Amino acid sequence: MINRIKQFFIETGDLSYFAARFFKEALKPPFEFKELLRQCYQMGNRSLFLVGITGFIIGLVLTLQSRPTLIQFGAVSWMPNMVGISIVREVGPVITALICAGRIASGIGAELGSMRVTEQIDAMEVSGTNPFKYLVVTRILATTLMLPLLVVFGDLLALFGSALLENIKGGVSFQLYFNTVFNALSFSDLVPATIKSFFFGFIIGLVGSYKGYYCKKGTAGVGVAANTAVVMASLLLFLVDFIAVIITDIFYEL
Amino acid sequence: MKLSEEKSDYGKSVIEIKDLRKSFGDNHVLNGFNLTLKEGGNLVIMGKSGSGKSVMIKCIVGLVAPDSGSVKILGKEINNLNRKAMDELRLDIGFLFQGSALYDSMTVRENLEFPMRRHKKKLGVGKDTKPLVLEALENVGLAHTIDLMPSELSGGMKRRVALARTLILKPKVILYDEPTSGLDPITSKEIIELMHNVQKRYGTSSLIITHDVDCARVISDRMILLVDGINYAEGTYAELSKSTDPKVEAFFKN
Ligand SMILES: Nc1ncnc2c1ncn2[C@@H]1O[C@H](COP(=O)(O)OP(=O)(O)OP(=O)(O)O)[C@@H](O)[C@H]1O
Ligand SMILES: [Mg+2]
Repeated sequence: MINRIKQFFIETGDLSYFAARFFKEALKPPFEFKELLRQCYQMGNRSLFLVGITGFIIGLVLTLQSRPTLIQFGAVSWMPNMVGISIVREVGPVITALICAGRIASGIGAELGSMRVTEQIDAMEVSGTNPFKYLVVTRILATTLMLPLLVVFGDLLALFGSALLENIKGGVSFQLYFNTVFNALSFSDLVPATIKSFFFGFIIGLVGSYKGYYCKKGTAGVGVAANTAVVMASLLLFLVDFIAVIITDIFYEL
Repeated sequence: MKLSEEKSDYGKSVIEIKDLRKSFGDNHVLNGFNLTLKEGGNLVIMGKSGSGKSVMIKCIVGLVAPDSGSVKILGKEINNLNRKAMDELRLDIGFLFQGSALYDSMTVRENLEFPMRRHKKKLGVGKDTKPLVLEALENVGLAHTIDLMPSELSGGMKRRVALARTLILKPKVILYDEPTSGLDPITSKEIIELMHNVQKRYGTSSLIITHDVDCARVISDRMILLVDGINYAEGTYAELSKSTDPKVEAFFKN
């Protein structure tokens, strides 16, 4: 037990050091723009479909589940406001980030892990390219920049799912639905959600890279790296989300 | 025990290791290892599996940080070099990894271009690096694989592509970590021949780690046996193979 606690603190320290190194190296030239673009494309490409379909289903489900209750209170016309706000503020970012933790963080963990095990990272180092810059910085930047975009995409499909259901079940036109949603959403809903998404993206890239970069030797190590990357990223996502909600709440009170 | 003393100090030394020590926890791998590689020389290091040969050779290029001792390569003490100077120096050092370490997300061509990416100006090559890549691949007889992925190559082909990648910058010193391990005798012979050709054509100095007695006999002009973390015996192939020391004999009989 004591060992576990010790391990936890060691890991936290290592991860913070890794993050500090990221900022240090990200700001120093040379910059690997080409690799960054490639990573951004890959990340979008790998998760766009998954994020879209999940968002759509979540939108459907949320709407379907809320309907009976809202009908009971005669408040079904509030549906766009309620579902819209919960999707944009909370559900969209969190679900998208969790999917990306499963898809991207594990992918990065496995990829860098196998590069470490087969000495490809050492080979880069020897050929005069800084592997931290080339592999880690580009991946963390890519996830940080791309996650907010994926969140927007996921949000839109979730809203579409919700609108579709309202259209079928309640005869609400798409135009009316989206008008109501966008009227209900205020700037103070969008800003925290966007900032949060950047942090989520950062965590996904950071944890995936960290686990892969320090992968233990052997093929088993690669599996462990991919696996623990998902677990650790998901935990951190919830932690950051919790903190973000508290901070946002404090701002609302003011 | 030294079987032959260096009588005259002819030639510059390219690599000089003095009293190198490295432990991983309680595992004392290197306990005061010494080595000198003269310009144009072919020094072979033999040692049992796990005796620390790879650790030693990685200390030379700065992939492993030694606990103590000095490593001088091409006249520079690598412990005192910053990252930029180290990268500069690595341009003159070729390193062939034990497991080839080809980048498996890149084609053969991209693998060979990778070492050049930071040094295009210095090498005097323009945007089009294809002729250089082709030349390097022709040297190892694999020009037709230029657009393949590493996963599509056999083990021996991978080793040859890795050799081409090591040679493409025409390094002054080449470090080979078990260039023939895991290959059939015929392919081994081909690789040894390639190493010989390079040596003759460019006058490079080489440090070769191997288990293969035949390889050692053909290619070495000096040999060092690494036992218990020190240079246990040193001399030419002829001298060492006649030794009556049981630990030395063990390497030559089978
Ligand atoms: N990064 C590391 N962390 C901990 N121990 C290590 C590390 N690298 C090597 N070792 C240990 O150092 C010792 C020497 O390993 P090394 O890879 O140098 O052997 P080797 O002589 O190259 O063997 P082989 O011929 O099988 O390649 C081994 O006992 C290994 O367990
Ligand atoms: Mg080895």
